This record gives sequence, C-alpha cells and structure tokens, in this order.
Amino acid sequence: MATITIKINGQEQEVEQGMTVLQACEQAGVEVPRFCYHERLSVAGNCRMCLVEVKPGPPKPAASCALPVAPNQEIFTESEMVVKARKGVMEFLLINHPLDCPICDQGGECDLQDQAMAFGRDGSRYTENKRAVKDKYMGPLINTIMTRCIHCTRCVRFVAEVAGAEEIGLLNRGENAEISSLEQAVDSELSANVIDLCPVGALTSKPYQYNARPWELKKTESVDVMDAVGSNIRVDARGNEVLRILPRLNEDVNEEWISDKTRYACDGLRRQRLDKPYIRGMDGKLKPASWQDAMAAVAKAANGLKGEQIAALTGDQACVESVYSLKKLMDLMGSPNLDCRQDGAKLDAGVRAGYIFNTTIAGIEQADALLIVGANIRWEAPIINARIRKRWLTGALQVATIGEQIKTTYDSDYLGAGPETLSAVADGSHPFAEILKSAENPMIIVGQGALTRKDGAAVLAAAKKIADISGMIKEDWNGFNVLHTAASRVGALDVGFVPGDKGADRDGILAGAATGAIKLVYLLGTDEMDLAPLKDSGAFVVYHGHHGDKGAHVADVIFPGAAYTEKNATYVNTEGRVQLARRATFPPGEAKDDWAIIRALSETLGKPLPWISFDELRMAMRGAHPHLARIDDAEPASWADFGTPGAMDAAAFTTPIENFYMTDPISRASETMAECTQTFVLDRNGKGTGTHG
Amino acid sequence: MPDWSPLQDEDRIFKNLYGYHSWNLESAKKRGAWDNTKALIDLGRDKIVEIVKASGLRGRGGAGFPTGLKWSFMPKATSDKPSYLVVNADESEPGTCKDREIMRNDPHTFIEGCLLASIAMGAHHCYVYIRGEYRYEYNILEKAVAEAYEAGLVGPKACGSDYPFDIYIHHGAGAYICGEETALLESLEGKKGQPRLKPPFPAMAGLYGCPTTVNNVESIAVAPAILRRGAEWFLGFGRENNAGTKLFCVSGHVEKPCNVEEAMSIPLKELLERHCGGVRGGWDNLKAVIPGGSSVPLLPKDICDTVLMDFDALKEQKSGLGTAAVIVMDQSTDVIKAIARLSYFYKHESCGQCTPCREGTGWMWRVMERLVKGQAEIEEIDTLLEVTKQVEGHTICALGDAAAWPIQGLVRHFRDEIEDRIKNRTRVAVGAVAAE
Repeated sequence: MATITIKINGQEQEVEQGMTVLQACEQAGVEVPRFCYHERLSVAGNCRMCLVEVKPGPPKPAASCALPVAPNQEIFTESEMVVKARKGVMEFLLINHPLDCPICDQGGECDLQDQAMAFGRDGSRYTENKRAVKDKYMGPLINTIMTRCIHCTRCVRFVAEVAGAEEIGLLNRGENAEISSLEQAVDSELSANVIDLCPVGALTSKPYQYNARPWELKKTESVDVMDAVGSNIRVDARGNEVLRILPRLNEDVNEEWISDKTRYACDGLRRQRLDKPYIRGMDGKLKPASWQDAMAAVAKAANGLKGEQIAALTGDQACVESVYSLKKLMDLMGSPNLDCRQDGAKLDAGVRAGYIFNTTIAGIEQADALLIVGANIRWEAPIINARIRKRWLTGALQVATIGEQIKTTYDSDYLGAGPETLSAVADGSHPFAEILKSAENPMIIVGQGALTRKDGAAVLAAAKKIADISGMIKEDWNGFNVLHTAASRVGALDVGFVPGDKGADRDGILAGAATGAIKLVYLLGTDEMDLAPLKDSGAFVVYHGHHGDKGAHVADVIFPGAAYTEKNATYVNTEGRVQLARRATFPPGEAKDDWAIIRALSETLGKPLPWISFDELRMAMRGAHPHLARIDDAEPASWADFGTPGAMDAAAFTTPIENFYMTDPISRASETMAECTQTFVLDRNGKGTGTHG
Repeated sequence: MPDWSPLQDEDRIFKNLYGYHSWNLESAKKRGAWDNTKALIDLGRDKIVEIVKASGLRGRGGAGFPTGLKWSFMPKATSDKPSYLVVNADESEPGTCKDREIMRNDPHTFIEGCLLASIAMGAHHCYVYIRGEYRYEYNILEKAVAEAYEAGLVGPKACGSDYPFDIYIHHGAGAYICGEETALLESLEGKKGQPRLKPPFPAMAGLYGCPTTVNNVESIAVAPAILRRGAEWFLGFGRENNAGTKLFCVSGHVEKPCNVEEAMSIPLKELLERHCGGVRGGWDNLKAVIPGGSSVPLLPKDICDTVLMDFDALKEQKSGLGTAAVIVMDQSTDVIKAIARLSYFYKHESCGQCTPCREGTGWMWRVMERLVKGQAEIEEIDTLLEVTKQVEGHTICALGDAAAWPIQGLVRHFRDEIEDRIKNRTRVAVGAVAAE
C-alpha cells in the first residue's frame, strides 16, 4: 500500500494510506488516550477522548479514531486545544461516574483511573447529584455495576461483531442511556471477553468478584488446555491459588479472545484434587498411601508381566513431556499396547497432514469456501468459530455444514446429516462440490464427531478425497483440517503414542483387559472414555492424574499429578503449533510433576529412563522430534496418503460435546462451569431441576 | 434600510401556504404546479444543478449550505450503487412549522421538487422522512403521492419522460435527533437514530452505504419555481449571498403569530410589524428574539431594532438564521427560564451516544434550573459558560452545539439579569437571617 507523509507534533512520519490518525500516532509512538476505540471492533467514535487537532481542517478538534490520514496533514496531540478538549471530555466522563474506586474490582487496571490521572482535571466542578443506574443481569459470569458505565459500547460491538450474538445493546437515550442485555444471561461462549474490553468497572468478573487486586497477583504466561486451540493465556495467581485466567495476545491463535471455559474453569483447580497417592485396599476402598507404597504396589503388579500384558492410555490434557516419557517407559517394558486416542478417533499417526489443522487458524482469513463435517465448532473451538465468523463478515466466505444442525454464528448451508451427503460431495454429485472446486482457497474441517465412529477411517478417506479433488492442496495452501477437541492429542500423535507392532488400540486394550490378556493398564489422565469395562475386568489399573474423576474411580493405584497451570510443559495445538505452558503454582499436597512420577516409576520398575532432570528429558524429546523445539511455530506438514477408503455407515454424525461447559476433569470440578451448565444448557433445554432457586 | 422591498404576491412560491385552497392535484395544477414539468426534466441533470447553483439557494434546514453545490457532490458516473434523495421532513426544531404547512397545503409543489432534485443527482428513488407527530401531513402526503402516481407524474415514466422515479414516505417516531441527517439515515434503515461519524459524508456513503443527499423540505420545494422562473429571478430577492424568498415562522409575543413567505434580508422589525401585527404591547415592550429556531442564540432588543433576517447578518450578530423560526419574547418573559426550558429539551433529546453531549446537556440544564431560582454562585456563570464551550465542537453531530448556543447567547446578553437574581436571592437570604 502506498505510503504518505504526515506530520505528528512537528515530526515527519511515513504512514500507510488508509490508516486512521490514531493508528498513525500509535505507529509514531505518540500516545492518544481512548475509551471506545478498540483495534478489533468497529469504530464508534463516541467517547471523544481521542480528539486531536488537525490541520488543514475545521477549527475544532477531530476524533482521531475515525479520521483517515491524508497527505500533508499536520496532527497535534499536545496543543492547547487538544489538552483542553481531553480535560473537558474527562470531566464529563467523571461527573456521573461514582467515586467508588476503593471497592471497585477494576481498581488498578482501570483505563478511566489511569487516564483521569494523566489527562484529567485535578478537581471536580460538578455539584449536582450523580446519576445512578440499576444493575443488569448478564448471567453467571458477568457482574454489572452499571452506574460506572461510560457508554463506550465496546461490549455491544463485541457481542454483535465478534461473538455473533446480539445480546447486549444500548437502551434509551441521552443521560438515560443504559447498556442492557434485557435481563438475560449473555448466551455466547465468548461472552466474558466483554469484561476485558470494558474500560471501567461496569462489567467485571463475577467469580473473581472482590478476590484480589491486580498488583497482588503473580502473572504467568501460559497456554490453555480446555480445548485444542491452545489459546494463549496469562495465569494470575496469589500464593498457591490460581485466581483468574486472562487472554494473552497471539494474532495466529486467539487474537485477544478466550472462551468462557478457558477463563473460568480455573476454580476447578481447587476442587476434587488428588493431593496424595492412593491404593485400593482389600475392602475395595481407596486409601491414602505414601509414594513409596504406591510405587511398590505398581511394581508388584507389574512383576513378571510380559510387555504385551501391559497397556497405557493417555488423556486429553497430558503434556507432550509426560506422554513421551510414558511412551519411552512402555518401550522399555516391551509393550506395544499404547493409544492416545481415548475417544477412538481413527486418525493415522503416520501422516501428520492427516491429523492437524493444516490451514492454520489465521489461514481461515484467506479461505473463501468452507465445508464443516461433523463438528459443532461453536462448542468444540469457540475461538476458531470466531475466526470463521470474522472471515464470513467480510462477505468472502461461503460455509456449508454436514452433521448435526446447530445454531452457527454465520450463515451456513445445511447439506445433510451424515456420510451419504459426504459421499455425494466427494464424488462431485453434490452442488457444493462445484463451489469448493471453483473457490480460490477452499477448506474442509473434519470434527471428531465424524472420526470417532467405527467407520472413522473411511470418513477420513472421503474427506481427503474432497480435499484432493477440490484443489485444496496447493503449493501455498492446504485446506484439509482436522479439528481436535483435546489439547494433548496432536502432541501425543506427534510422538507416536499409538499401538506399536501387533499392539492393541483403545478398543483392543479394553477387550484385552476383559479377556485377561492385558493385566496392567496405565491411565495418564484418561477420563473421557467409558472406563467401566476396566473396572469390571481383572486388570490392575494405575491412574495418574490430577482430579478425582472417572479414571480415579476405576484405579487400583492413584498417582497424584500436576494440572496444566502447575507444570512447565509442551502442548501442541490442533494446528500443530508447539507452545509452552508455564508453572504458575505448585501441585497441591504431595502431588508431583508428571514427568517426575513416570521417571520415579521407571526406577521402581527397574527400567530407569535415561534422564534425571526435566531439561534432559526435554533435550531427549526434542532430539527425537525436532519440531517440538520450534516453539510457537505451526510447521506445515507434507501431504501423503491417509485414511482407509471404504463403506460408511449411514448413521448421522454426532457432535462429541454435549455440554460445552464441562468437557474435562477441571471444568467438571468447577463451580462456575456448573452454574453455566445450569443457565445455558439445562435451563435452555428444559432440563432444569426446578429446585435451584 | 437597504434596497429591500416587500415580496409581491406573484413572486410567492407557496401560493397555498394558508390552505385557502385545496391541496389536491387539480387545485395545485391551477396554481401552476406540474406545469410542463417534462420541459424541466429535459433540461437534464447538469443544467438543473447549474441553475440551482446560480440561483444562490442555500439550504433551508438550518445550516445554509448552498443547495446546488450539495447536489453537485453526488457521483456522476453510474456505478452499481444507486443514488438516493432523502428529504428531511422531520421538522422538530422548536418554533419551526414551515415544512408542515408546505406538506399540508402545497404537497404537489414539494413532490415536483423531489422529482427535479432527484434528476439533478441521478437518483431514481426518493425517501421522505416525515416527523412522527405529523400524522395529518403524512396522510395528505401519501394521498398526494398516490395522485401523482395515478396521473403518471411520478412512477416508471415520470411526467411522460423516460426517467423512472419512485417516492416513498417514511413516518418517523418523533425523536428530535432523527432530524440530524445521518441519524435520519440510520433511522430510515431501521436502526436506532444515532448520528454517524463524518467522514464519510452521505454523498459518499449514505443510505445503505449508497450515495445520498439529504435536503430540507423547503429547499426541495422551491426548486421547481427556480427552474421555471430562472436563477436571476430568485437572485433578485435578498442581499448578496442570501438570495431568495424564505418562509418565516413567527411565534411568541406578537399580536398575530404566523407563517409567512418573504424576501430574504427583510429587517426583523419589518417582519414583525408588517406581518404579525407587531410585538405585544409595542416595539419597546420587546425583550429578546430567538431568530432561527431554538438552537440559535437569542438577540436582545437593541440588536433586533436593526438586524436583517438573513444568514450573514445574523451570523455577524453571533446568532443564525437557522430555520427562520422567530420566537419573540416581550418584557414579561423570564428569559432565564425560557432558556432553561430549551436546555431541558436538549437534555431530553440528546441521543446519548457521545460523551460531551450526553453528560454536558444534563449538567447545563441542572445549572440553568438553579440560575432560574438564583440558587448559585456568581462564579458558576463562568463555569457554565466553560461547560458549554466544552460541549460545543466536541461532539459527533451538531446537537451539542445546539444545546450550548442558547446558553451562550443568554450569558452574552443577559448576564446582568442572571447576576441580579443571584444577588437578590442572597440578599433576601441574608436579610432573613438578620431578622431572626
């Protein structure tokens, strides 16, 4: 784009044509205060805080957020006119703003506070009564104190534009104007982002209400594991308690949004925790034990077992380090019975392009046709859903869906429910096949709902065929995407945690346990599959995890491990992007780092793993899988053959998530997520108990 | 007096302003409406704009922007986007009732103007956004439009030309802010009536993002007469740069409040005495006049003695012609209370979108209410004045300015009266304490 020269406070500046004056000032490092302007939302221009003096122009200040730059423009941000205008606007904003900073949750991270200090008057001349506004109900996550509202309408624009749910609006006019959701909970998986957007304390976090001041918190940059997106987060902890989770900017992944589950499941980290080892006694009850006894109990059970009599399954939130350690341990034990696909997805670990989101999340913004197969993206990956909506809003993206008919936040042609429609697109007889073919950058997203079936491999093959025949695979474009729901899956597939030679997969392990062929099963945080067959079998079950959830119930020995906020760990998201989680707090009680537990067990079993520190483990892991060292990169994968063409069952695709708010041990333990479930899932579906007040 | 002479009957554009005759097509035709309009259409787009430019017509909605120039901003090249003419019939400025009379009594003059103006900007669709309270005028306009369609004056072959032209009447819901052109467009699109940021101006992106011109009813309604009788004729009225005839709406303390069409630049005193029977109780009983609708600063008697009623003369006096709604106040008026009432109006009608207006109008009104009772400190007058300056020029639309100006005018011309009231009250209060 052409650049032009303008002057900002007398300094010449090269800027791109089409920029706004505010953006130009930002680029020049000149601060312009603002409340309503936000890079990712439409321009409202209503707060009037960003007024600057512009020459040539009318003899009054102009809102820089809405003013495009023009050649030979002169901009003044510190002139008398501007300083006066800012003081004036600041005074107006404050006359009806309550002086309740000492009890306001926004205190310390409040734009109004900061800018009042920097640009406001030192006193108030307003002697009339202040306005009071009735608080609004916006659901279990958003706390409202509407008297503090300065009507910037960021929240209104966010829900309308990004979330795609027009649930908040500005009612009335003049000084009676009020932000309202019409007394309804804001029904969007991204709703709580309005809390971050609110520049004042009008919308604050309900679960975090009156909990802490920002300066008391230790902030740790990490990644989220509630879904496979790998949203970048900041974990705020005080002492050994995670108090809140906030989004961190990453243009490639989550921009600056996170889902409500990512943000609020963290209170589940304090409940239902496994904080000491357990051994199941003769009476069938789990009893607390020492680490030595627990390890010894496993060693005893493993004693004399052949490799093929041992099996291991990994769960949805296991980090790559622990999965890699466990794989190496199983190798040393001589066991080929491994599976990381606890949901039974028929994914092929041999071809990376066949199990990752090749287009990348940011790549969605180049797509012009999209076929969604068996995925409720709104629930499986709200952040990716927002990106699809962002692209769709430009008018350039056409979307079609095969699978369950769900309420999307963009227009989507509903093609059909199951494999029949998929086949029709794959053999070109469906009209949408033509749309994909004629598109510049077509893409397909295959959800786990389509792959966890018995005929999953055939579905995968059909999807691959669509990719092949519609020109989705080009030199600079790969439109084939698998959408995962588990944060651990891609990493585990990358390190090859799948059945070895003649090894049993998930179903094989369960069957083997039932027949007695498999005598010891190691569960690494495996909580999302039906474990009842294991409990009924005679196999010895070791559960290694952090929550007393499904896996712990069937265990004979429990190793208490660390949750994602309690360890340094590598995760690979659905795009294949390698990211680091960092320790914000320590595991509770006697719980330990996951890698250390596996390392200690290997010692006890007499098959010591070849590392004694975390760094050595990482070096070994990265040596074996070099891409894991390229942090924050989503490495493109080369195209090859995968899937098994074959007959598909006629049954419709189902979505793997029944309740967005509870998908893993942490969110199931979270009170906030329970409230959301009640409000958004049970009540909406008429399944409320009627006894909840 | 400069070369001003009263408007002759044959020069009146609105020949049925008082409704002495029927509004209908038959009657309107007898008055000259729709007379060989085809010939005017055949002048073509550029010629029409040229004539209107040459006539010196300035917008009659308040801002006084040259109408022909505004029309010429519309894109010439035909793109895939249609152009629209939107007529602002949301006449809500307190004191103003000129458009009401046009639509009520002379709707065909207006509809003909819509057609010709649309041709001047290449628009095939015209929307008339009529004020919510104008129910009666809405009905008449609907009927008149139906008559025009039936007679083939508008429609696929307007007046027998090959120019397709459709006109739609849209009934507003009565918000003052919807008279602001971009808020009007928002409202017309079915959204909440809130002004848009400019740029882009409506001529670039207006109704549904398409090129749009928004004009006042009167500006549109005078167009046919200008085209028939020529730019020179129109230029013959009023001073330089203030051409034409103008509807004045005189209300308040005059013997006979009225709407009247007069030549521009008529002396205010002449206007009141010739057409309204003079100020109640004689000219010397005059206290102040708001010359152009509630949003312009008032003028005290000494200025009223000589001031001319046109854009430039009133601007010189730091007021404005606005909509030419003259509100006359005699000596019996509590002028502070009158302005306080206007402040309440603007507080009530602020859309609440941008900060200075939303917060400032309420603040100004509350201080004004105290000034009415004298319950203030003298310094507060300056604070109030400063607050009006903090609002003026800092808002998205002109409502902030409109709320600030009346107060600025009051302080400029009647500061003594405000101070006296404060002092009197204090003296009374002190006296009461002393007596105890």
